[in-house]
Amino acid sequence: MRSLTGRILGTVIVAALIVFAGYAALFIAPDEKTMHEIQRIFYFHLPSWMTCFTAFFLTFLANIAYLTTRRPKWDWLGVAGAEVGVACCTIGLITGPLWARPVWGIWWTWDARLTTTFILWLLYIAYLLLRGLLEEPERKATLSAIFGIFAFLDVPLVYMSNRLWRTQHPQPVIFGGENSGLAPTMKLVLLLCVIAGFGVMVLILVDRYRLERLRYEFAELRHEVESRASDALFMREKGRS
Amino acid sequence: MGTARAAAILLTKELRLEFRTRELLSATVIFALVVVVLFSFAFDPTSAESRRYGPGLLWIAFLFAGSLMLNPSFAREQANDTLDALRMAPVSSFAILSGKMLANFIFMSLAELVLVPVFAVLYNLSLAGVLARLILVLALGTGGLVITGTVFSAISAHARMRELLLPLLLLPLLAPLLIAAVEATASLLTEPPALDRTWVAFLAGFDIVFLTASWLLCDYLVEE
Repeated sequence: MRSLTGRILGTVIVAALIVFAGYAALFIAPDEKTMHEIQRIFYFHLPSWMTCFTAFFLTFLANIAYLTTRRPKWDWLGVAGAEVGVACCTIGLITGPLWARPVWGIWWTWDARLTTTFILWLLYIAYLLLRGLLEEPERKATLSAIFGIFAFLDVPLVYMSNRLWRTQHPQPVIFGGENSGLAPTMKLVLLLCVIAGFGVMVLILVDRYRLERLRYEFAELRHEVESRASDALFMREKGRS
Repeated sequence: MGTARAAAILLTKELRLEFRTRELLSATVIFALVVVVLFSFAFDPTSAESRRYGPGLLWIAFLFAGSLMLNPSFAREQANDTLDALRMAPVSSFAILSGKMLANFIFMSLAELVLVPVFAVLYNLSLAGVLARLILVLALGTGGLVITGTVFSAISAHARMRELLLPLLLLPLLAPLLIAAVEATASLLTEPPALDRTWVAFLAGFDIVFLTASWLLCDYLVEE
């Protein structure tokens, strides 16, 4: 019961946060000087990017932890992080072009950050596909953990290669020096949106983790029931003869 | 038994297996040729254009051919459960993995040995002056392809639809390798040819990163 109350409470808090964050981004944050309304998508674009990378980093840590400890819980965290990360990444990849079309005049450009995120998205979808195609639970956990580690190691390489190649994404504006930076209200709204984004991410992550644990426990129980049933059948046959 | 010696023995086993039939090699060469020829229908292969598209085309053909060729590397051990026998042998798992990597490197290099001259003829490129540097770029690029590809072939060997899965796992991961290899090759085709050292260093870095990762993770990989 306690866990149910906690979940309901968590969901209500995060729902309130995201509604307020949406309101603040649309109505409270001041108008941007050159981009006007379209800039407001940034309040969701940046949090989606941050949560995406956090989730993938969690998956990477979970993959290493699984290989060193062999505890199934790290595998559950790995798949939860990858799925939530892919979802956040998808939001980032959709909000990005929506913003870029009016501001840059193009939907997409092969810039370092965009390309890195896109490759990252493909790699983690491959990770999820791989999990779907491996049957035996332990083998699935080990092999997907190895792939997860390789995929994460590839991220800095993708970024570097594209950086050397070409880049167009706006440079960081928040910590970018004296003349860069956001108006104070914008900063507050952004902070709220980031917190709300992380709230959503954690909520889904915890639920996904729990689902994976339940699946695991269910599989164990079913295995147990089947083996007991076959034992009972065997005993009965033996008693008859 | 030392890892190097064990890897050498496993390498000869892989080579003997392949050269009895040469199935894998001929299929790889033909596949890459088909890709090159089909590309030349998609783009007009006149001389100026081919200098721009050529390196990219060549590497795309190698990566596609490689991602198909690497499939049987571990999958073919499954038919008679020979991987279990390898595991029981008193050799380290890195010896098994590196033996296969070396074998795949040799197969891929042999395929390239046929493909590069054919490509140069079809696309009217003169490679004689830059041969040594081209071999360096090819070796580094092929190294990255077979290191990651051999590891992933061990992963995909256990999965359903493994023939489809391996390219899906491998090709996105090879995106940085493709960029670096294409840029390095393209720098050799300019007039005068000037090898771009940044990209060569990048290729070497790619190989080192993933070779180290394979070495660290090979126990988990082969044991499963």
